[in-house]
Amino acid sequence: MRASVVVFPGSNCDRDVAVALRNVSGHAPDMVWHGDSSLPASDLIVLPGGFSYGDYLRSGAMAAHSPIMKEVVRLAARGTPILGICNGFQVLTETGLLPGVLMCNASLKFICRNLTLRVERNDTIFSRHYQEKEIITIPIANHDGNYFADRETLDRLEGENRIAFRYTNARGEADAASNPTGSQNNIAGIYDKNCRILGLMPHPERVSEDLLGGLDGKPLFESLLEVLH
Amino acid sequence: MRAIVKITLKNGVLDPQGKAIEGALNSLGFGGIDSVRQGKIIELDLDETETEKAEAAVAEMCEKLLANTVIENYSYELVP
Repeated sequence: MRASVVVFPGSNCDRDVAVALRNVSGHAPDMVWHGDSSLPASDLIVLPGGFSYGDYLRSGAMAAHSPIMKEVVRLAARGTPILGICNGFQVLTETGLLPGVLMCNASLKFICRNLTLRVERNDTIFSRHYQEKEIITIPIANHDGNYFADRETLDRLEGENRIAFRYTNARGEADAASNPTGSQNNIAGIYDKNCRILGLMPHPERVSEDLLGGLDGKPLFESLLEVLH
Repeated sequence: MRAIVKITLKNGVLDPQGKAIEGALNSLGFGGIDSVRQGKIIELDLDETETEKAEAAVAEMCEKLLANTVIENYSYELVP
């Protein structure tokens, strides 16, 4: 699996995700600077977490117009899998590769803690190493993780089974207490219509080895490895 | 020519910052506030001198970058 990790000014989880990818696949990913206009041949493109451009204007708004993103959008149209984590998810919504927007958390607070998520489906390239409806624990670390989309978009996402992960309690119930960001429908992550693009606010790379206190993020990278070799 | 762009949240979009400001105003004793919505103002100094061309350019800037039309409305005025 040849992966490329895009590095924006202000990215701060680029090296974490590179380590997670290397540990799972045995190959260090290519790190690609945002100002570049081409990517090495890639089976997977990762947009990492962080605070690209200091979150100026809106989270992900500036990064969405980086030179490299033109190439990412072009490759996305050709089916290259794309994983956007946290700020990467925000960048994906700002480019229009995923619908909706990540707004300021309803509590107005930066939230950094473990949350329980329900894996909504396990038949995608990102999720086949999970059980369907499995409850996993992955940390979030964001100020703008409050997923919002208009009613029509939400209905389409639900109808097309495009919710990847939802914040739930340990029993798998999507209640308000399990959704500190205030996301609509407890959404933690969504797919594009072909399930080749995943954007999620939780950080699977932060729970991909024992030393970090959890392994619930690792199956996501193992799923990708199985499909992309 | 100067363009003053005003960006506001669409109706129905939750505005946690506006809510917090409303709460603070209430606690300061300012009564009679039904709601507070927070937005942004962006001022642009343009080389363009023709109003029509400036309007077209500013509208495109709003659509492409300055506003996220999923949640935000924009309006602008041009000041010669």
